[in-house]
Amino acid sequence: MLSEEEKKEILKETTQYPYPSAACIDALKIVQHYRGWISDDAVKEIALILNMSNEEVDGVATFYSRIYRKPVGRNVILLCDGVSCMIMGYESILEHISKKLDISFGQTTPDNRYTLLPISCLGDCDHAPAMMINNDHYNKLTMDRVDEILEKYK
Amino acid sequence: MERPLTQNIQQGLPPMNLKEFQKAGGYAGVVKALKELTPGEVTNLVKASNLLGRGGAGFPTGTKWSLVPMDEKSGPKYLVCNADEMEPGTFKDRYLLEGNPHQLIAGMIIAAYAIQSQTAFIFLRWAYKKAEAELRKAIAEAYDAGLLGKNILGTGFDLEMIVHSSAGRYICGEETALLNSLEGKRATPRTKPPFPAISGLFGRPTVVNNVETLCWLSHIVENGTDWFKSLSLTETGGTKLFGVSGKVKNPGLWELPLGTTVREILEEHAGGMSDGYRFRGLLPGGASTDFLIEKHLDVKMDFHTVAEAGSRMGTGTMIIMDDKTCPVAFLHNIERFFALESCGFCTPCREGLPWVVKVLEAIESGKGRMEHLDILRFQTKYMAPGNTFCAHAPGAVEPLQSGLNYFYDDFVSHINQQKCPWKS
Repeated sequence: MLSEEEKKEILKETTQYPYPSAACIDALKIVQHYRGWISDDAVKEIALILNMSNEEVDGVATFYSRIYRKPVGRNVILLCDGVSCMIMGYESILEHISKKLDISFGQTTPDNRYTLLPISCLGDCDHAPAMMINNDHYNKLTMDRVDEILEKYK
Repeated sequence: MERPLTQNIQQGLPPMNLKEFQKAGGYAGVVKALKELTPGEVTNLVKASNLLGRGGAGFPTGTKWSLVPMDEKSGPKYLVCNADEMEPGTFKDRYLLEGNPHQLIAGMIIAAYAIQSQTAFIFLRWAYKKAEAELRKAIAEAYDAGLLGKNILGTGFDLEMIVHSSAGRYICGEETALLNSLEGKRATPRTKPPFPAISGLFGRPTVVNNVETLCWLSHIVENGTDWFKSLSLTETGGTKLFGVSGKVKNPGLWELPLGTTVREILEEHAGGMSDGYRFRGLLPGGASTDFLIEKHLDVKMDFHTVAEAGSRMGTGTMIIMDDKTCPVAFLHNIERFFALESCGFCTPCREGLPWVVKVLEAIESGKGRMEHLDILRFQTKYMAPGNTFCAHAPGAVEPLQSGLNYFYDDFVSHINQQKCPWKS
């Protein structure tokens, strides 16, 4: 069940647009903000609020890479695998994180602390390699620096 | 040398607030446009300046605006700022958004006034969190000062400005896909015509302009077309943000006259190649542009000269390929990106790009055959402009077609040795 707060926020978004379904992406982001991911039940409830079919909402949810249709860990590591980061060595950073946390792209640690995902170019190519953890941006990554940064996220 | 777009940005410092920006002369263009010029005069001024769109395609901004029906009074029109910067190797709009959000807002007020739109959206890339925070702060300041909202500066012109933070996907940068995304749908490009200027967001006349393009407007209105043209070294006016990433001594971003040579950007501003690395080639304007090589270093960076050299200026942010980077791995990375980011709507793109990725993977991992090169060449033609629904796949195969040409020997050595020569 979506909370009253979630419903209120979704309804507020709909007022910006000529019809409710235009707020579909906003609605998905609101629910994900509170729950970390979008479950089948969440899809159904959003569909009901926005007067859409479940399939339409799911079509939108599965299209966008920053909407998660599977549970993710408490912290999502988004490592840029763009071409500038490749030249500057993201692959060795990936290897380091994978070894350290014993997960590869698309996986979550058993303690649910981290999920590791690739992200397309983060627009910080002159300070590559770059990554995000949750909403925080980091660049000029080295293995030591990555160790330090990861520690901050419990 | 004048640097209008970046003169008020100091790296490492927070952007100017409204008062500081006004003190530095910002919003003077807005006052002039709204108080002294008619919407048609603003459009004509921008047309006369021949400001070419800075998002990559270089379409004349004033011409785009002039397609909007102005006699129609019923129903809304929209202005949309394309701030969905996601072209690999591109980091110019981020700099403008984080460094001086008021400059963008000023430009958007002028653009909205010219097309008489009362609602403006900023379609912002999900990952640009700092830009989002700065933009929201600046927009709130502008509302408080009466520069946004009802009856701006007492002129009777109204404008609401809304930041839409996206949910990812490169294809959202394609302007019609962006409009579908703003409508809450999957970001699949639309068929053209009708062009957005006639039927865009929610079926209404809409103009979509890039961040860097919009940032120019207050300067052009304030200083005029002759000034704008004088900033450039070629016939198209203005400066441009140029960036360099890769193994160079001083990667970064600089505002320089249009027409600055590739060599000057690479050697003077980026400091030349890092010690121990040799230059092999570069993509002049993001991952979807054709390679330029050593013989092109004196090419001037402007839209038509780079086109004459067989590539595109694109976003103006270059990716440098050095001699210790394998060209096949470089292209594999790029094509994998484009395959992942295809919206999946049309067949050549949805099926062709993953095919290209598989072939490049085979060559890179030592399973290449000479006929693979024919497949790659065939695919670059199969996905050429006109064969696909939008420009995604044609852009994707630009570096591949020129890479096959310029680095043919490297492809062959992968196949002959049945391994990547760059891997020990």
